[in-house]
Amino acid sequence: MPPEVLIEVNDLSFSYDTRPILKGIDMSMRRGQVVAIMGGSGSGKTTLLRLISGAIQPTSGHVKFAGEVVHELNRDALFRLRRKMGMLFQFGALFTDLSVFDNVAFQMREHTNLPESMIRDLVLMKLHAVGLRGAHQLMPNALSGGMARRVALARSIALDPMLIMYDEPFTGLDPISLSVIGNLIRRLTDALGMTSIVVTHDVQESLKIVDYVYFIADGVIAAQGTPKEVRESVAPFVHQFVHGEEDGPVPFHYPAQTYQEDLKLEDTFA
Amino acid sequence: MPRRIVSAVQHIGHRVIESIWRLGYASRFFILVLLKSGTSLRRFGLVMRELYFTGVLSLIIIVVSGLFVGMVLGLQGYETLQKYGSESAVGTLVALSLVRELGPVVAALLFASRAGSAITAEIGLMKATEQLAAMGMMAVDPVARVVAPRFWAGVISMPFLAAIFSVMGVFGGYLVTVVFIGVDEGSFWSQMQSAVDFRFDILNGFIKSCFFGVAVTAIAVFEGYDAPPTAEGVSGATTRTVVTSSLVILGLDFILTAFMFRGVS
Amino acid sequence: MQRTTMDLWVGLFVITGIIALMILSLKVGNLNVYNPSQSYVITGNFENIGGLKVRAPVKSAGVVVGRVTDIQFSTQTYDAVVTMNMDSRFPFPKDTFASILTAGLLGEQYIGLAAGGDEVMLKNGDKIMKTNSAMVLEELIGRFLFNKAAEDDSF
Ligand SMILES: Nc1ncnc2c1ncn2[C@@H]1O[C@H](COP(=O)(O)OP(=O)(O)OP(=O)(O)O)[C@@H](O)[C@H]1O
Ligand SMILES: [Mg+2]
Repeated sequence: MPPEVLIEVNDLSFSYDTRPILKGIDMSMRRGQVVAIMGGSGSGKTTLLRLISGAIQPTSGHVKFAGEVVHELNRDALFRLRRKMGMLFQFGALFTDLSVFDNVAFQMREHTNLPESMIRDLVLMKLHAVGLRGAHQLMPNALSGGMARRVALARSIALDPMLIMYDEPFTGLDPISLSVIGNLIRRLTDALGMTSIVVTHDVQESLKIVDYVYFIADGVIAAQGTPKEVRESVAPFVHQFVHGEEDGPVPFHYPAQTYQEDLKLEDTFA
Repeated sequence: MPRRIVSAVQHIGHRVIESIWRLGYASRFFILVLLKSGTSLRRFGLVMRELYFTGVLSLIIIVVSGLFVGMVLGLQGYETLQKYGSESAVGTLVALSLVRELGPVVAALLFASRAGSAITAEIGLMKATEQLAAMGMMAVDPVARVVAPRFWAGVISMPFLAAIFSVMGVFGGYLVTVVFIGVDEGSFWSQMQSAVDFRFDILNGFIKSCFFGVAVTAIAVFEGYDAPPTAEGVSGATTRTVVTSSLVILGLDFILTAFMFRGVS
Repeated sequence: MQRTTMDLWVGLFVITGIIALMILSLKVGNLNVYNPSQSYVITGNFENIGGLKVRAPVKSAGVVVGRVTDIQFSTQTYDAVVTMNMDSRFPFPKDTFASILTAGLLGEQYIGLAAGGDEVMLKNGDKIMKTNSAMVLEELIGRFLFNKAAEDDSF
C-alpha cells in the first residue's frame, strides 16, 4: 500500500492583480517523498509555496494539507497547521538578534512548555543533524551562507514537521556544500518520515535526491515524472531544462511589447 | 497648457488620496498592535529587552542634552532678568520652560532620532531579510512578537526620559545661575516652587510626554513594518520616521498645549 | 549581552526615571505644600476681579494657603463668583475678609485673606461674605484726580 497523500493541490489558480501567475495546477505529494518543483525564473514557484503555506489566497481551486483545505482555515487554525510545516527561505532568514542556539530553540520556546534542559538537548540534536553542533553559540552574522542555510534547516525541523518546503536551497553554494545540503534533505526526510518540497533550478543535483519532479511553465504543469523519466524524456521542454539550453520552449524574456516598440524604433524601420 | 494644469491638480489629488489611505492604513496597524499586545504583557521579558535598547541606550543623549539646555536657559534667562533686577526668578523660568515644553518636546525629538529610527531600521531589516515571513511560517505572529514589545518599550521609556531631561535641565540651570553666577540659592528654589504647580505644570508635562511616546513609537514601528523590503526602502522609512515624528510631536504639542493651558495664566 | 546585565540596566533606568519624576514633583513642583486631596472649597462674590486668573494663589500674611480654581459670572447678582481650593491645614473663621490684591505695582493678582474673630470656621462649600474688589488702576487715578480737584476748590 503506498503511503498516504499529504498534500493535494487541485486545479489551483492565482493571479497578482489581473496577471495570472498560476493557471490550474494539480499535484499530489505523499508522505516520505522528496518532490522537486522546477521552472524558469518568475514562473511562480515561490508563489506556489506561499499558496501551500496559506500566506496568500488562491483565485480558484484549493490546497489540501493533511485533509484540511488550507485557505478555508481561520487564523488560529492556520497557525496550528503551520506548526506542522517548515519553510527554508532562500537566504535562511535567521533571526539576526538571536544566537544559532536560540534560533533553533525559537519554536520550542514559543510553542511548547518544555524545560530548558530538554530544549538544550533537542537543539543540540538538531544542530548535530546538520553538522553544526559546535557552532551553537555563534551569532548568525558569523556564519557563511551555506552554514546559515544549514542552521535554518535545523530550525525548520525543530518541531519535527510533517512537511518542509525549501525555496531554492542550492543557490550560491559551492559543489560540496551543495551536495551536503542535498543529502541532508534526503536523509532528514527519510529519518523523520516527513515530506519535502524542493524548489530549485539545480536540475542535476536535485535529480539525484528527489522522488518526483514537476515542471512549471506559463502557469501550468508542463511536465512531470520520476527522475528516471525526466532524464530520458524527449519532450523539448524537459530536454531544454535538463540540459540547460538557452533556446527552446522556455522563453528567456519577461513578457513585454516588442523590442522595437520599446526602443521607439518604429519610425526608423517603418 | 490646460492639460498641464489638469495634470497638476490630478497630482495633488493623487497625493491627498495616497496620504489619507496611508493614514487609515497606519491607524489600522496601530489598532492591530494594541489588540496583539497580550503576548508582550504576559511575557514581559520581551519588553524588558526592548526597554534596554530604547530606554537605556537613549539615556546618555538625554542626560547630556538636558544638562546643556538647562545651562543655556539659565544663562539667557539670567542675562534678561537681571536687567529688571529679578534674577532670582531665573529658577522659575528654567523650571517652567523645561517642565511644560522643552522637557517633553526636546526629549521626544531626541528619542525619535535615537530610538525611533533604530526601531524602524530594525523592523524594516527583519522584514527585508524575510525574518518576519519566517516567523509567520513558524506560526508566531510577528506583530505580537516583534512589533508590540518595541511599541510598549517606547511608550514606557518616553515619560521617564522626559522627566530625566527636565531634572537634568533644572540641575543645569542651577549650576550656571546659583553655583557659577551666584544667584541666591534660597530664592532660586523657593520662587521656582511657588510658581510650578504639580497638576498644571508637572502632570501636564508628563501627559504630554506619554502622548509623544505613543506617537513616536507608533510611527516608528509602522514605518518599519511597512518599509519596502530593500536597502533603499529601509533607509527611506528610517528618514520618514524621524521627519514624520518630529512634525507630529510639534503639532501635537501645540494642540495639547492649547487644551491644557486654555484659560489659565 | 547577558540577560541579567540587561535586566540590571533596565531596572536602573526605570528607578532613575521614577526618581526624576519624584524630584520634579517634590523639589521643583513643591507638591507637599499644596495638596488638593486634603483641601476644602470656599467661594466668594466679588464686584470686580480685575485681572485675577484661575490658579492665582490665595495668600494670608503672605503665605500661600490655597488657589483659585474657578471664576464664574453670576447672572443673579451680576458679579463674579470665585471658587478657592484651600489647604485644610489652614482653617479660617467665618467672618474672614477676602480682597483681591496685586503683587507689586503691576504684578499678578492674588486673593488676600485677613482672618476675622468668629468662633465658627469656614467649612467646605461655604461662602465668604466680606469681600473687597480689585483695585482698578483707572478708577484709582480717577478718584485721586477727583479728590485733588475737591481739595483745590476748598481753597
Ligand atoms: N507581490 C507581488 N506583486 C505582484 N507580482 C508579483 C509579486 N510577487 C511575485 N510576483 C510576480 O509573480 C511571478 C511569479 O513570482 P515567483 O516569485 O513565484 O517566481 P519564482 O518562480 O519563484 O521565480 P524565481 O525562480 O526567480 O524565484 C513573477 O513574474 C513576479 O513578477
Ligand atoms: Mg522564487
